[in-house]
Amino acid sequence: MLNKGAPIMLSVPDAHCAMCISVVENDLQKMPGVKSARLNLTLRRVSVDADAGVTAAQVSERLARLGYTAFELDPGTLSTTETDRQGRDLLMRLGVAGFSMMNIMLLSVAVWSGATDATRDLFHLISAAIAIPTVAFSGQPFFRKALAGVRARRLDMDFPISLAIILATGISLYETLNGGQDAYFDAAVMLTFFLLAGRYLDFRTRAVARSAAQELAALEVPRAIRFDDTGEETVSVSDLRPGDRVLVRPGGRIPVDGVILDGTSELDRSLLTGETLPLFAGPDMVVTAGAVNLTGPLTVRVTAAGKDSSLHRLADLVAVAENARNKYTTLAERAARLYSPSVHLLAFGAFVVWMWITGGDARLAVNIAAATLIITCPCALGLAVPAVVTAASGRLFRAGLLIKDGSALERLAEVDTVVFDKTGTLTMGSPAPISLETLGRRDLEIAAALGAASSHPLAQSLAQAARDQGVVPARLTDVTEVPGHGVQADWQGQPVRLGRAAWVGAAPLEETAAYLSIGSQTPRAIAFADQLRDGAPEAVSAFQAQGKTVILISGDVPGAVGAMAARLGIADWRAEALPQDKADAIEALHAQGHKVLMVGDGLNDTVALAAAHVSISPATALDAARVASDIVLLGTSLAPLPDAQRIATRAVRRIRENFAVSFGYNIIAVPIALVGLASPLIAALAMSASSITVALNALRLK
Amino acid sequence: MEILALLIPVSLALGLGGLLAFWWTLRRGQYDDPEGDSQRILRGDYDDHPKP
Repeated sequence: MLNKGAPIMLSVPDAHCAMCISVVENDLQKMPGVKSARLNLTLRRVSVDADAGVTAAQVSERLARLGYTAFELDPGTLSTTETDRQGRDLLMRLGVAGFSMMNIMLLSVAVWSGATDATRDLFHLISAAIAIPTVAFSGQPFFRKALAGVRARRLDMDFPISLAIILATGISLYETLNGGQDAYFDAAVMLTFFLLAGRYLDFRTRAVARSAAQELAALEVPRAIRFDDTGEETVSVSDLRPGDRVLVRPGGRIPVDGVILDGTSELDRSLLTGETLPLFAGPDMVVTAGAVNLTGPLTVRVTAAGKDSSLHRLADLVAVAENARNKYTTLAERAARLYSPSVHLLAFGAFVVWMWITGGDARLAVNIAAATLIITCPCALGLAVPAVVTAASGRLFRAGLLIKDGSALERLAEVDTVVFDKTGTLTMGSPAPISLETLGRRDLEIAAALGAASSHPLAQSLAQAARDQGVVPARLTDVTEVPGHGVQADWQGQPVRLGRAAWVGAAPLEETAAYLSIGSQTPRAIAFADQLRDGAPEAVSAFQAQGKTVILISGDVPGAVGAMAARLGIADWRAEALPQDKADAIEALHAQGHKVLMVGDGLNDTVALAAAHVSISPATALDAARVASDIVLLGTSLAPLPDAQRIATRAVRRIRENFAVSFGYNIIAVPIALVGLASPLIAALAMSASSITVALNALRLK
Repeated sequence: MEILALLIPVSLALGLGGLLAFWWTLRRGQYDDPEGDSQRILRGDYDDHPKP
């Protein structure tokens, strides 16, 4: 993708310190064509302003040399401006509310200290002059939401909030104009301020999560190369029709279901099925969307595209599974459901009872009803959850996990069973040669030279491993790659081959292997094993130490899965599982009352990821898997997972504590308000004390 | 009590000044990268090579 004036944006999840800023910015600035580079440490994102010739891939490569993994982002789909505008808007309203709160408080303290008569009325009037525009401006987010809620015949938190703010302002204005003793302007504005603070925290968490979800979705653009008699053109996958012919280059992903017309190659289906062994592909073979073409170009006739393709059927399954999960109600929602009706009943009851006691003194009755609404108003409730969620997601972000969905934190805390996928999750998905030393120096030199000539992952990995051992590749002539089979060349007059068993003339092994033949000697096998992902053993043993059941479900062959399970100490494992099998296994666990955390990366995991109580996928996973999961792991190591689970559990405990605290305040304050003793001073004290307590409690999260 | 006529406008003006300052920092995007800014102040790049 060529850069057209817009800054290049890259996500750099590993940047975390002052040194990182210097290293990244200074290095990128030295890059030819780069005008300026700036690293945003909060969003872990670098934006590069560069000439048209510089591409994101080049910047990403340069960052990789510095030791930072970088993912390209599409600035067009990020729509940061919209989010920024909303955030600034909320912050401005918060600032205005804060300004008025301070000034009104200044005047109120004078009133509470004993200002009387004309002075008190003057102070009330000035307070009114500040409070009314403030409420009209800063309260808008609540009023709008309350109105939307009423229209949808739903009673949520915003309605009692709006009612309390408007009633308090109205009654205070009436009292002021009639020379009354009590005015609640300070309470109305303070309420607005604290609740806006909660709203802003909530917004920030969501904005970070949303932009992350968008930026991850922006990583892959579904395109295909279609060709007919007139030539070839790049089209969107959605424009393909059955019967079209598409070209799939080596390294490309097959975009449709179809039949191979021409060409031979090997297919990597690990993301589809979890199989690590590449599959031979030749004419007339049926292929499914999602497989990666490894060595030779393939021409595929489309049999199913769009809605009918196997990919789309998978997406349907995911949608069904997700539907079930969306029914989850968060702690805050449950609290609001309980809270809203009871507050209204309480205030209305106070009004009726006082009307009856005083024999129709509407002024006093409304005053008491307003005081009840103010005192019970969910300052703490509106701040309790956002403050904890913000603190927790900040901590998780620093640990390298990105929460896409607010309720994921609560769901993560309830987990008692962890299901891992194998290929690409517990392993890196990239095989490494084992026991190279049995090969002998000379053979290794030849193998390294042959491997370097191919883009096949096994060949590449072999060449890399040889390079790491300091092996100098042998000098070969006539190097040719035979797509789907291997590489052959001439070495000191002898033909040498590296490739599939049948082509080389060797007996195939059970495990993943490449075969090397030199002249007329017996071919040698070079076995490969998938590398464990960094932190995988630690994560598994930490989960087990926490008393959680760890299960391994993979689509790979039993031998490979069993070996991996034994290596990690996982007793319960299943192999050759189809996508639906994985989801069924999770459903079965749910039916037994378990809460399942699914960790997976492949297309074959998407249904299971969506079906699980909560799901995590690494950033290297396919976009479909990342979209289906709630949490994305930004680093390469799995080690932060148990820690994240622990943080989530603590966060939920803090939320419950905060609810208990604000409930406790209400138990003390509500009777005071009901008997008509809640002066503006007591209301202000109760409100600020409970808000500050819950905010401090949230910050205790370690 | 006449002093109130002076003190109240003064306190309001001070508050407004703070609000304006806040508005200015908001417009200048000073809340876009709080974590980065707190780290940036610690690095020595600028001291070694001050921008002209």
